[in-house]
Amino acid sequence: MLQFILNEQNIDTDLPSGMTMLDFVRYHQHLTGTKIGCREGDCGACTILVGELINNELHYQSMTSCLMPIANAAGKHIVTIEGINFPDGLNPIQQAMADEGATQCGFCTPGFIVSLAGFCLGNQAVTKENAIAAVDGNICRCTGYKSIERAAYKIADLTKTKNNSQTIDFLTSNKILPAYFSTIKNRLEKLQNETLPLPEANTKIVGGGTDLYVQQHDKMTTSASHYFFDNKALKNITIADNICTIGASVTVAELLSSPIINKGFPSFPQYAKLVSSTPIRNMATIAGNIVNASPIGDFTVFLLALNAKIVLSDGVQKRNLPLQKLYKGYKDLDKKTEEFIEAIEFVLPDENTYFNFEKISKRTHLDIASVNTAVSLQLKNEIIETIHLSAGGVGPIPMYLAKTIKFLEGKNITEKNISEAIEVMWTEISPISDARGTKEYKTLLLGQLIKAHFIQLFPQQLANKIIV
Amino acid sequence: MKKSMKNIDSYTHVRGESVYLDDIPMLRGSLFAAVFDSPVAHGKIKRLELQEAAAAKGVVKIFTAADIPGDNQIGGIIPDEELLAHTEVHFCGMPVALVIADSEENAKAAVKKIILEVDPLPIITDPVEAAQKNELIHPPRTFQLGDIANAWQNCAYIFEGSTETNGQEHLYIETQGAYAIPKEHGAIRIYSSTQGPTAVQRATANVLNLPMNKVEVDTTRLGGGFGGKEDQATAWAVLCALAAHHLQKPVKYAMHRMEDMRMTGKRHPYSSRYKIGLSKDYKIIAYEASFYQNAGATADLSPAVLERTLFHCTNSYFIPHVKATAYCCRTNLPPNTAFRGFGGPQGMFVIEAAIVKAAEALHISPSVIQQKNLLQTGDEFPYGQKAESEALACWQKADELFQIEKIQNNIQEFNKKNNLVKKGMAVMPICFGISFTKTLMNQARALVHVYTDGSIGVSTGAIEMGQGVNTKMLQVAAAIFSVDPSLVKINSTNTYRIANTSPTAASAAADLNGKATELACLAILERLKNVAADIFQTKPEAVTLNENWVYVDDKKTDWNWNKLVLETYNRRINLSEHAHYTPSGIHFDTTKEKGHPFTYHVYGTAVISATIDCLRGRYEIDDVKVVHDFGKSMNSIIDRGQCEGGIVQGIGWMTMEELLYDKDGKLRSNALSTYKVPDIYSVPKEIIIEPLATQKENLAIFSSKAVGEPPLMYGIGAYFALHNAIKSFNPNANLPFDAPMTPEKVLMALYSKIPEPKESLVKAL
Repeated sequence: MLQFILNEQNIDTDLPSGMTMLDFVRYHQHLTGTKIGCREGDCGACTILVGELINNELHYQSMTSCLMPIANAAGKHIVTIEGINFPDGLNPIQQAMADEGATQCGFCTPGFIVSLAGFCLGNQAVTKENAIAAVDGNICRCTGYKSIERAAYKIADLTKTKNNSQTIDFLTSNKILPAYFSTIKNRLEKLQNETLPLPEANTKIVGGGTDLYVQQHDKMTTSASHYFFDNKALKNITIADNICTIGASVTVAELLSSPIINKGFPSFPQYAKLVSSTPIRNMATIAGNIVNASPIGDFTVFLLALNAKIVLSDGVQKRNLPLQKLYKGYKDLDKKTEEFIEAIEFVLPDENTYFNFEKISKRTHLDIASVNTAVSLQLKNEIIETIHLSAGGVGPIPMYLAKTIKFLEGKNITEKNISEAIEVMWTEISPISDARGTKEYKTLLLGQLIKAHFIQLFPQQLANKIIV
Repeated sequence: MKKSMKNIDSYTHVRGESVYLDDIPMLRGSLFAAVFDSPVAHGKIKRLELQEAAAAKGVVKIFTAADIPGDNQIGGIIPDEELLAHTEVHFCGMPVALVIADSEENAKAAVKKIILEVDPLPIITDPVEAAQKNELIHPPRTFQLGDIANAWQNCAYIFEGSTETNGQEHLYIETQGAYAIPKEHGAIRIYSSTQGPTAVQRATANVLNLPMNKVEVDTTRLGGGFGGKEDQATAWAVLCALAAHHLQKPVKYAMHRMEDMRMTGKRHPYSSRYKIGLSKDYKIIAYEASFYQNAGATADLSPAVLERTLFHCTNSYFIPHVKATAYCCRTNLPPNTAFRGFGGPQGMFVIEAAIVKAAEALHISPSVIQQKNLLQTGDEFPYGQKAESEALACWQKADELFQIEKIQNNIQEFNKKNNLVKKGMAVMPICFGISFTKTLMNQARALVHVYTDGSIGVSTGAIEMGQGVNTKMLQVAAAIFSVDPSLVKINSTNTYRIANTSPTAASAAADLNGKATELACLAILERLKNVAADIFQTKPEAVTLNENWVYVDDKKTDWNWNKLVLETYNRRINLSEHAHYTPSGIHFDTTKEKGHPFTYHVYGTAVISATIDCLRGRYEIDDVKVVHDFGKSMNSIIDRGQCEGGIVQGIGWMTMEELLYDKDGKLRSNALSTYKVPDIYSVPKEIIIEPLATQKENLAIFSSKAVGEPPLMYGIGAYFALHNAIKSFNPNANLPFDAPMTPEKVLMALYSKIPEPKESLVKAL
């Protein structure tokens, strides 16, 4: 039996735990305010909020219900548009959207409202930028977004006096959200949750579901799966002797809020902004990104440039494997079926390490890369002492550019060396033409992004220079 | 009238309570449909193997062409489109069989068990190739003005070239769908997410061999249409009706996004050629263009779209000598269809490209040529109509407000200082004709009931799809009766209440249906006034209704709206009216290609700026500043929304939205992960919309000009702003006019080493 709270109502269900929350709310609970736009997490029409007790605090995040198995709702509070309606009238979020003409055909609107409610409930700073960021996973085809921006600014204004320790009190007392929200914390504490049975051999492992539910949607509802998303043992980010360890089920959002990660990568928020959208970042796990083995996995490329290792486990035995050794060919992994990724380890960049991540896609945000690349390097007497350089979208696997790295070791940072390194890089990539670009484009683009790495990291030497 | 009235659906929209097709509560026993569509683009059907699918879990029946009781035909303009492929398939995604099952999952699972064997036939995806092979849907059409043959010799400069514009996926967020319910006496009710209920009704009647009066089509609203549900909503509705009629069970089909994307047509890609001739002082003297429209496998609306390309081939400019020829080319792609702008944008792109080409060769700003050639009142369009032009007024106001030259100078300064970041700009004037170009379609009806409690019900043929037409209808009724808008309810669009509707398209729904509503309300109002005149022993002309109260000789009486309504009923006087409207004065003769097809034109000028990161090829649209000819806007919130939304959709078409079909005719950009529409971060940082605010009378409803389509065309400016920025980084960039300008094309052009072929300055006198 799976137990959770849906809006104000306790749910106790024995429906297949792989069913999507979208199908559950629309077709089993007849809550039709949550819409179906794409079933692949790319439009946000099905956005819901997921509230969870973490260290005795209730945290809400937006997620796309089309990619979320109901298993991942166990013990949580699921909020649909119906759950933020007052019996009569509009809450201020809805009022702002209506007043600004930010709803035309209305089909995407509940998703936007729910995302903005997520902004109000969230702990991030109340700024205009963050209000917009809250709807970065919502697509609207009618308005051109300017009216939605105006509404979002109003909502940011409305909540600027909230105190994060009493967010829910603030929102309920100001009639931004219904009063029942203040009862949820207690109710969740009382919710009994049976632990899901352990997987039998060869069951599918599901993390955030953001790839599996896109690729194998039909199979996922009924397939026997082991849900890792809420496995507390896999959700830690720790540091010891400068080695950072990230648990398999850590989400991108959790990386974003981690002081360890932000210390190691001061530009992490900018990098993460280029990766999918708020609701997807709230769901997508780091191990999922690695094991999906996409040649353009953003965090795979990120971690390759850190020369990361993964810890593989079959539940009994563990082994360490350099990430670059995991990929044998297109979607072909050096991993036994019974093995799963338990954690990722890498040396956290210190003040002497230069790190940069670049990504170009057809649409800058909420898109899959045409090419992505990351670099980390250390200098000694202005000479590159160590360097790791990775690239995605230029071969069948996420690539560790070994030849280019070898070339750059021991070189100083000059336009000439960078140009020559790019020539070397071209000898070790094999991009193909597909929907994300022609191979000629990807070839040129990776060269440009390597230039961008150095211009970004060494602006005094290279700023405003066109390296040919 | 309250000119800032919010969309009347906004309350239920923001609460998630608005009902769309898939939200309609289903009747017990309803079944689910899924289409098996052709996996190959062209071929003869050798074998269609259904056995395994028919035996699959939950399957009730599988329908094929053989099960159609009437005509297997849904073509709107030309009867060339089978509902289900019979002997041949003509595009990937062409429906071949319809699976009906007890659940959506079972229907979809069974579809995967169907096997189709096809003897392949040659596949054409390129319109020029189709034209060369004489694969034309109808003979080419040519619009001519002046004497093109002799005009070239008077030109000081002549340039020629070619352009490409790719198609565009509508990406209404609500996918296509329908729900058909059998009714007694062999009738059927169809809920359809359609812009054209009558098209659905007519096709259903034809396919099921039923009279039209037995087919009720009902539409409350669409989750976006943009033209994509004008003709292409029909197939799914008819398929549901076919199954429902045969099985006598309700049948629903709400398409999966990927089914929708691969089976439905899109905005037409065009390949075009142009030749432009200018005088020494940059007057355009002659313009010749040929347009190769990629129509897809069947006619759909392509002939009408093609016609509008010709109507708008000179955009906002007067050119005395014009010859434009257009080819409707049959290819093996899904039938391309209506999309906001309806061929107009594709025509405008070409003349704008020609002007940019000329300006670059002459080392002047394109805006110099644009401004010099703007239409003036009395100028003749190539199709014979004389302009009542606001083109100059829009340009001048835009120049005053936004200072075009200053923007240009600032950009030059910026570009001098920055090597790796470049800015560019473009001015984009527009001129768009309002009316269905097929004159007979310019008719509409409205049914208005005033109930004895004073409340008012309005039904029209207009479909609400987010554009706010229902809000405008409500405003019309409330304004004519001068009652509180809360008394008025707009009902669903239903073919039993309003017959023989034209689709909600051509930006004309508010005009046509608004005028019909106005006429219906005026007829009832006259009767009410007569009653009041009798009560107050005065002439009807002395009676007015004002904010729910009856006035006589401008003096408020003690009779209010409700009392007068009830009294009128008590006197057995009709409180209902069904009115018919058709605009006068429009005509078009296709044998001469001349006439007066439009009731009026909408004008405007946009100034667009863009910034390119020349290291990465990534770009942003900085701002779009517009002076738009609204006439007298009757709803500023809705009209502004239409402008902003249209602009962003146009920018999407011109920048990131890239349709990719492979040479086998398979759609590669077949999901939201591979076809990108603008998100909130990619829209212009600033959009300014300034009304031209003319107080002139025109033929629009309450003189409020149609606003649905025209703003989309401002987006074309984004393409040329990016073009402009690329040229300042690399003046010799190899930069063909090939939209959309994706980051890929930008980067490839920035670093292109091949110089453009020698300036095609044919002669310089």
